Amino acid sequence: MNFLITFKVAFRALARNKMRSALTMLGIIIGVAAVIAMVSVGQGAQASIQDQIASMGTNMLMVGAGSMNMGGVRSGTGTTNTNTLTVDDIEAIKRECPSVAMATPSVRAGSQIIFGNQNWNTSLQGVNEEWPKIRKWLVQSGEFFNESDIRTANRVVVLGQTIVDNLFPGVDPVGQTIRVRELPFRVIGVMAKRGQDSGGRDQDDIMFAPYTTVQKKLLSITHIQFSYISAISPAATYTAEQQITDLLRQRHKLGPNQENDFFVRNMTDVAETADETNRIMTILLGSIASVSLMVGGIGIMNIMLVSVTERTREIGIRMAIGARSSAVRTQFLIESIVLSVFGGFLGILIGVLLSVLIPKLLGWPTLVSITSIVGSVLFSAAVGIFFGYYPARKAAGLDPIEALRYE
Amino acid sequence: MNNATLTADAAETKTTDSQLARPVIVLDHIHKIYRMGDVEVHALRGISLTIREGEFVAIMGASGSGKSTTMNIIGCLDRPSRGLYTLDGVDVSQMSKDERADIRNRKIGFVFQGFNLLSRTSATENVELPMLYAGLPAPERQARASKALKAVGLAGREQNHPNQLSGGQQQRVAIARALVNQPSLILADEPTGNLDSRTSVEVMEIFQRLNDEQGITLVLVTHENDIAEYAKRVIVFKDGKINRDYPITERRSAAEELRNWPTAVEDDDD
Repeated sequence: MNFLITFKVAFRALARNKMRSALTMLGIIIGVAAVIAMVSVGQGAQASIQDQIASMGTNMLMVGAGSMNMGGVRSGTGTTNTNTLTVDDIEAIKRECPSVAMATPSVRAGSQIIFGNQNWNTSLQGVNEEWPKIRKWLVQSGEFFNESDIRTANRVVVLGQTIVDNLFPGVDPVGQTIRVRELPFRVIGVMAKRGQDSGGRDQDDIMFAPYTTVQKKLLSITHIQFSYISAISPAATYTAEQQITDLLRQRHKLGPNQENDFFVRNMTDVAETADETNRIMTILLGSIASVSLMVGGIGIMNIMLVSVTERTREIGIRMAIGARSSAVRTQFLIESIVLSVFGGFLGILIGVLLSVLIPKLLGWPTLVSITSIVGSVLFSAAVGIFFGYYPARKAAGLDPIEALRYE
Repeated sequence: MNNATLTADAAETKTTDSQLARPVIVLDHIHKIYRMGDVEVHALRGISLTIREGEFVAIMGASGSGKSTTMNIIGCLDRPSRGLYTLDGVDVSQMSKDERADIRNRKIGFVFQGFNLLSRTSATENVELPMLYAGLPAPERQARASKALKAVGLAGREQNHPNQLSGGQQQRVAIARALVNQPSLILADEPTGNLDSRTSVEVMEIFQRLNDEQGITLVLVTHENDIAEYAKRVIVFKDGKINRDYPITERRSAAEELRNWPTAVEDDDD
């Protein structure tokens, strides 16, 4: 009695009860489909966050005025009132930190802007001419301001796409004049569309002007709030972080016991944190789906146990005409493995189909991983063996005389 | 009814014919004791019996007489508590479960009262089953299954499922299944118990033909005297012992009865 024949016997037994076989498989189908779809949603989110972080610039650092300490005194982190960070600090960083490639001061002003009879509330960010390169964010039409605009604190702005969409429907904004806090600004360019960031905020609802213009004409300050710094390579972000900290402590004349009056945030850390959060999320989704796979397995055991009782007479017949106990055990074991593995394959089909449909219907990105497919197949086979063994042993242990007499 | 042969010949003599033939079943002082809690039930109290090749034996007896236990032991479904059982020259009395499964597969063909076919399975597949467990290749299985079905008069019914066949046809599928591994012995446990009288005679006709033409050894359990009269020898059990063992002298011929079957009588018998 070889394996192939036992397989055939098991398959025929399942085919004789198509409806029940299909219903039994349903548990495994749903379980496997859920695992694959859930894991693909999790991994899709992870991949899209990684994409966004990569587009943000993996070698970017941010320096802010004030400290990271969230205690009452230092709560003014990065606001207009904290004047610990200056343009000279940024010039010094560019000059003296070998791991730093580019740096821009940054000041922000929230503002209502007016064009014709339209208005829009947005924020104005003052930066220098290196901003597009530091953020890897290109100008779509027109141009970005240059060094001479910064020297002369020229009233020029480059708009984000959201402002263009809301304030200039059907009009080319380049060359137009808008009013920001009663001051006229000339639009010289439009940034490329950036979309939402990982936190869901609209990155295009912003406009850029020379930082000198924002400092002098709008805020009347001499300090800056932030600085965006590009390290020479992603790997150099950690040494750049150290160099900047050392330099600023020295420049701000902080003693060994004094806290930093600034903070340096390494975007690589942020990326890693976001990545880790998402990985945990994926594992969570996967384990919830695994529970349904487990329930499907118990469903198989349940049906197989019922099946053994119901088919006691059949087992008796098989034994009487010469089936060994091992042949009966193998038959029932194969039946449950066939149910779970076949269910597993159908589950993969449905899971992959869901992973294709979810982005279209819900707009969530998905990513089907080979690991989750292979894992599901192996797991469902294991479910078949594990949950099929007990009923199979029960079948094999029947006494043919008793079994034949069973009504 | 036909009680002439039974009462006429009660002599417990064996025919010379069967003494010459090779013994298929030899039971030597077989005891079977069931333990039910503290109580021991003596189902068989020293059965000794020889059945030779080509014999057609009917086993009779009231329920509780030990005939079913004897059948289970002869069929290698059960083991004796004491005593020796030699089947086809091999001592099978202390064989393991797996060894007995192989013996049943190769040497014994079973025919049951309730037919015991696999439901929702074609006649061919039912007949193929013993060969499946014997590990025969598919082409040979199919060839032998269709040959066996033809031998019991079911050519053309190969693909029918049991619920598409009459009781008599189902029993013939079961006989084909019992025959198909060319066993040394066919054990039939009340094979006509669920059949009407004409179908019973049809089934007995097949048994007689197999016995006469192919020399197949048959052991048949029945509680009907007229069915026993188709056999060549009757063994009567009582209280776990053999009460009587005698040859049938005026044997009924099922084939002849079928030829002269009166249509009107059929209704009376039902």
